[in-house]
Amino acid sequence: MSASPVTTTSKRTVSAYPADFQEQYLRAFHFMRLSRVLEEKLGALYRAGGRIVGGVYLGKGQEAFAAAMGVQLRMGKDVYGPLIRDQAGRLAFGEPMTDCLRTYLGAVTGPMKGRDGNIHRGRPRDGYMAMISHLGSLLSVVAGALFARRLKGTLGDSIGATSVGDGATSTGAFHEGMNLAAVEKLPLIVSIANNQYAYSTPNTRQYACDNLVDRAKGYGVHGEHIDATDLAACLTAFRGAAARAKAGKGPQIIVGTLLRLAGHGEHDDASYIPDKKRHTHEARDCIDVAGKFAVAQGWATEADLVTQMEEIRRLVDQTVAKVSKEPVPDPFKESWLALSTSELVEGQNAS
Amino acid sequence: MSGSITYLEAIREAQYDALRNDPAVFLYGQDINTFGGAFKATKNLGKEFPGRVFDSPISEDAMVGLAIGAAIEGARPIVEMQFADFSSIGFNQIVNQAATLYWRTETPCPVTIRLPSGGTAGSGPFHSQSMEAIYAHYPGLVIVTPATVEDAYWMLLDSVALNDPVIYCEHKFLYYHLKSESIGERSLPIGKARIARPGRHATVVTYSAMVHDAIRAAEELQLDGYQIEVVDLRSVKPMDTDTILGSVARTGRLLAVGEAFPWGGVTAEVISRVASEGFHLLDAPPMRLNAKDTPIPYHPNLWKAHRPTVASIAGALRSLLRY
Repeated sequence: MSASPVTTTSKRTVSAYPADFQEQYLRAFHFMRLSRVLEEKLGALYRAGGRIVGGVYLGKGQEAFAAAMGVQLRMGKDVYGPLIRDQAGRLAFGEPMTDCLRTYLGAVTGPMKGRDGNIHRGRPRDGYMAMISHLGSLLSVVAGALFARRLKGTLGDSIGATSVGDGATSTGAFHEGMNLAAVEKLPLIVSIANNQYAYSTPNTRQYACDNLVDRAKGYGVHGEHIDATDLAACLTAFRGAAARAKAGKGPQIIVGTLLRLAGHGEHDDASYIPDKKRHTHEARDCIDVAGKFAVAQGWATEADLVTQMEEIRRLVDQTVAKVSKEPVPDPFKESWLALSTSELVEGQNAS
Repeated sequence: MSGSITYLEAIREAQYDALRNDPAVFLYGQDINTFGGAFKATKNLGKEFPGRVFDSPISEDAMVGLAIGAAIEGARPIVEMQFADFSSIGFNQIVNQAATLYWRTETPCPVTIRLPSGGTAGSGPFHSQSMEAIYAHYPGLVIVTPATVEDAYWMLLDSVALNDPVIYCEHKFLYYHLKSESIGERSLPIGKARIARPGRHATVVTYSAMVHDAIRAAEELQLDGYQIEVVDLRSVKPMDTDTILGSVARTGRLLAVGEAFPWGGVTAEVISRVASEGFHLLDAPPMRLNAKDTPIPYHPNLWKAHRPTVASIAGALRSLLRY
């Protein structure tokens, strides 16, 4: 895999940023840190055993890329189809932390009521799509929501955004969805977090083009490749993508290079990632990078960051304590209806 | 003859009326706009409803995905698969995205997917399949298999009106061959089977094009003095077990007929339900008749021998009656 030069905007001067950039940056940074603390808690709950029955899938190292997209979106107006490592993006989009915890803990108070778990959550009627495990298959669904709005005449300046990883770009669903969104010229941002490993499979066994952004040309859409460890670069790219999508320029692909700083899930020690990879530029912790940059720009002081972190930890602890006490599903109270038309649900099996 | 309508025209009429009655309806599929569809099931609809009939790329996965996203937003899309066989490419979206959506998120998913199904001579292994059993296996889907002009029309309108994903299996063999004087009044809702022909010596439970072959076989046996009852399932999921059991209670003998491959499937489900819930009603072991366990052949000589026919249904009935 020959690495293309990574463009970065972090060397720009303060004056290079638009007026609302600082506010958006700090908001994104907040959600990155909230996400990290929340996910550390999820990891701890998983390792402690008991409450979390399935896996735990973390976005460590991908927070800047995910949050930068999430802060472009408005819950209730835009359509968002996040994937596995988008906790920071979900929070930035407006997902309450309780939706995450309730789904991981299977609480009936949550949006999935214990019927689905962990990262498979959303509130589709609010434009927040609930991923299935089949990678790339949410792309066409987000496109369809935008398509329907355009048909109804309610699209306005709303946009859609969905994310995949390097692995999902190899699926037929990704190709079909990307091509269809381009043919329909929908205002859709597709982020590709190239974290270099799809579970354990390296890029060299995943694709053969120079850089995944090369695919954009084939789809006839705008594409950019950025250093996804750099929040300022991520924000600049996603702000541009959102503006172009709103301006009718069709789908936008943003490819971010980074390294997943965790296993595929908490069950995975990621021993397949060689040590030397962990000391590359892409292995930088985006949260450290973003914090130092904010201080250097004079957008926050070291003391602010410490205070904010204390507040985040308190908030996460409180929410975990609250959700932990909430009821889990009771099979005798479950409706067991897979259809909304209940009269078409077949009678109980004779067993 | 004037005033007559074919099964295919009924499907077009239903889509016309669905588009006319509800602005949330749109059509999405390959070659369906100007061209009017590979079978002309959407003939002129693009002209009559500008901006609501869309040619799609050859992307069954994304076509269904788009329909699901649109349905979440309140649209009621009808997706045309050019042939039922190609729905295998959209399989994941159908069974994992559409079928699970309501259960997982309590969000209705009013998507209708039209599957031009079943064999015609010369169509071969990849333009002849019957997929109803595959989809019926998954929770969260409604599977309809209209056998008459009336049902082709009304069940398509009913499918579009449902707030759940519907797999609408329309039989290609009936497109031009099956005619009716008019569409007729709505008879039964989705989920109810129909006694297509009353009888008292044996019951044939079947659906889609095989209803007509079963009726012809019944007419043949009538010459020998047997009254064969034919039950048209109409929807294979939900399956109207009560009507099946009621028929078997009258006749004591059951033959389940389907054009699909023999392993598992609709006929096996019929037999299983009658065996477990109506064993005491049976005077003979229940029988089933399906296509052969090979891909669907191309040449008419082979094709005719691959699927159940009037002769093979009549033969099976004779064995059943001899028991």
